[in-house]
Amino acid sequence: MTTLLENARLIDPEADSDAPGWLLISDGVIAGIGTGSPEGIEARTRIDCNGQALAPGIIDIGVKTCEPGERHKESIRTAGLAAAAGGVTTMVTRPDTTPALDTPEVLAFVRRRGAEVARVRMLPMAALTKGRAGAEMTEIGFLMDAGAVAFTDCDHVVRNPKVLARAMTYARSLGALIIAHPQDPDLSAGAAVTSGKFASLRGLPAVSPMAERMGLERDLALVEMTRARYHADQITAAASLPALARAKQAGLDVTAGVSIHHLTLNEFDVGDYRTFFKVKPPLRPEDDRMAMVEAVHDGQIDIISSMHTPQDEESKRLPFEVAASGAVALETLLPAAMRLYHAGQLTLPQLFRAMALNPARRLGLPSGRLAQGAPADLVLFDPDAPFVLDRSRLRSKSKNTPFDGMRMEGRVSLTVVAGETVYDRSAP
Amino acid sequence: MTFSKRHLLGIEPLSPPEITTLLDLADRYAERERTTDKHATALAGMTQINMFFENSTRTQASFEIAGKRLGADVMNMAMQTSSVKKGETLIDTALTLNAMHPDLLVVRHPHSGAVNLLAEKVNCAVLNAGDGRHEHPTQALLDALTIRRRKGRLHRLNIAICGDIAHSRVARSNILLLGKMENRVKLIGPPTLMPAGVADWGVEVYDDMARGLEGADVVMMLRLQRERMDGGFIPSEREYYHRYGLDAEKLACAKEDAIVMHPGPMNRGVEIDGTIADDINRSVIQEQVEMGVAVRMAAMDLLAQNLAAERAAHA
Repeated sequence: MTTLLENARLIDPEADSDAPGWLLISDGVIAGIGTGSPEGIEARTRIDCNGQALAPGIIDIGVKTCEPGERHKESIRTAGLAAAAGGVTTMVTRPDTTPALDTPEVLAFVRRRGAEVARVRMLPMAALTKGRAGAEMTEIGFLMDAGAVAFTDCDHVVRNPKVLARAMTYARSLGALIIAHPQDPDLSAGAAVTSGKFASLRGLPAVSPMAERMGLERDLALVEMTRARYHADQITAAASLPALARAKQAGLDVTAGVSIHHLTLNEFDVGDYRTFFKVKPPLRPEDDRMAMVEAVHDGQIDIISSMHTPQDEESKRLPFEVAASGAVALETLLPAAMRLYHAGQLTLPQLFRAMALNPARRLGLPSGRLAQGAPADLVLFDPDAPFVLDRSRLRSKSKNTPFDGMRMEGRVSLTVVAGETVYDRSAP
Repeated sequence: MTFSKRHLLGIEPLSPPEITTLLDLADRYAERERTTDKHATALAGMTQINMFFENSTRTQASFEIAGKRLGADVMNMAMQTSSVKKGETLIDTALTLNAMHPDLLVVRHPHSGAVNLLAEKVNCAVLNAGDGRHEHPTQALLDALTIRRRKGRLHRLNIAICGDIAHSRVARSNILLLGKMENRVKLIGPPTLMPAGVADWGVEVYDDMARGLEGADVVMMLRLQRERMDGGFIPSEREYYHRYGLDAEKLACAKEDAIVMHPGPMNRGVEIDGTIADDINRSVIQEQVEMGVAVRMAAMDLLAQNLAAERAAHA
């Protein structure tokens, strides 16, 4: 079973190249790759890419599938459909479910559901502490055996440094990756937006971006102490960057991520109390947004994720300060990222370095690359195709996107996982 | 007519001519209120519902009297004890009331932006009677009317707003209104009670009362909002009174004919000395209450006219 994708624009984040070429899939892996036109390559199926971009499929760290517990908001099946349509070939899912994903038994259930109903690959993360309560560490060893790829309490910050230090020390011995949400929990308590002129005029409870830096500095000090493998899920403030750079220079095993919303939206987008723009941490001033784009460009921030967080209408149609946080983004991650490409701020190989190559490396996955022998997890897309986003057409059960009604560019044509087509825009 | 708004959600969307139109009409109502013939018919046949999700005596009474004097059928909903307590969402409550075809909804809510949210879901005129820390437009308008009557103008005045700016919707609406009318606005208070980014609002910020009050034509005191504080903004009420409470000594730093204002209810001995509050030569606090009714009558009159015009256009 061989498929040849020809006349493609190959986006290779590893080689940092963007060139016309072809790619051959055989038995679920990339069997060959080359520039120009394929001479003398035989394949059972040939697909003319019409010059569209062919890149490694997106590996999205931090997807909330709401299963178990909140299936009225999303399910593993619907999240998988959204992922496939968005060019996401691997969902790395969050343990902030109900109950929290903190035992090997629940993890095994979620993995099985993923294998059965998710159209794309699904790798679950597990909670770092039981019930995400920040008191006792979970069975990190058993959870790893059951397939947990990382450990995180998501937006619950482990307040007690002693608990976190112990969990880090224990995780270190197993080589487990810890993902944290850097934020000082007391300074940011109750905040709905970033403090400043805008927040004050709107009369909303607000937090300084300094709370993020404080959380990060604490975590990095503990990493220095324990030598744990650490990833900060979302760095969104310029004030956090020096600490991150220092830790990396010191040779600590530290990486950082940022959500697509913090790269493409700013605090003013909240406008007249629009709750679909309420995310965690809150949207930042434009200077911070620009600094984050720059940091992705320089490789200081390694990973871009969707932070896909489905919320139903009832959770969002409330006064801003009591409305739920989060936005769905599996289907809008790629077109939103194209804004940065079209603005000339990031190249396609740079974007796919942050959306595919780096997440794969961080989790030790063989995918995320356009290389012979790598899994044939691919996305074919037209970076220039314009459209107006209509939230009612999203595949997620929840439609809480901040991009509703906006003009976007970048449409997925084909998504391939292990050589199999999981999404084809031209198919009925 | 230069007042074109459908709702009165805040001062922010109003233009200076709209503010002037509203104050001119309020001035006429204020004169009339002092006669024996108080009743008008601008709202005859209309239904006004007061929805107060936060306790209020003064503002609710003021809106009720204003509506009744204009001939409206006024109904007060005590939202504290209603189905909201049973878990009904704000929007469901709004839709339920909307189905009863009210013409004017007067809403106070503890969350910023809640009144804007509600206004999107109903097809009557909505008046914001205070939302969280966001805006309290009729308070700013009644303050403006009081100032204009006492000082003869509403521009190029030196106005000091003192106290708990951070938690005050009254301060926000007043800063916006007085700024639009081109006054020099000074905010005075401890830095813990100043909102972040306040320096970008086109105001001057002082933490020293004596310096801030220098040359003031108007001294606006704010209530220390103890119920909105989650602790630790000021060391104690007695230290606050010592440094920021308005007493004769501090008031002497302002102009000799400066007027003293307070939106009420007052904490005597916390932010204002009782004798100053009662000094009929300086304090205009009772006049503020009086102007409150007039301003609310004017606001509801103008909104009702716009509503009637809109309905006629659709009929």
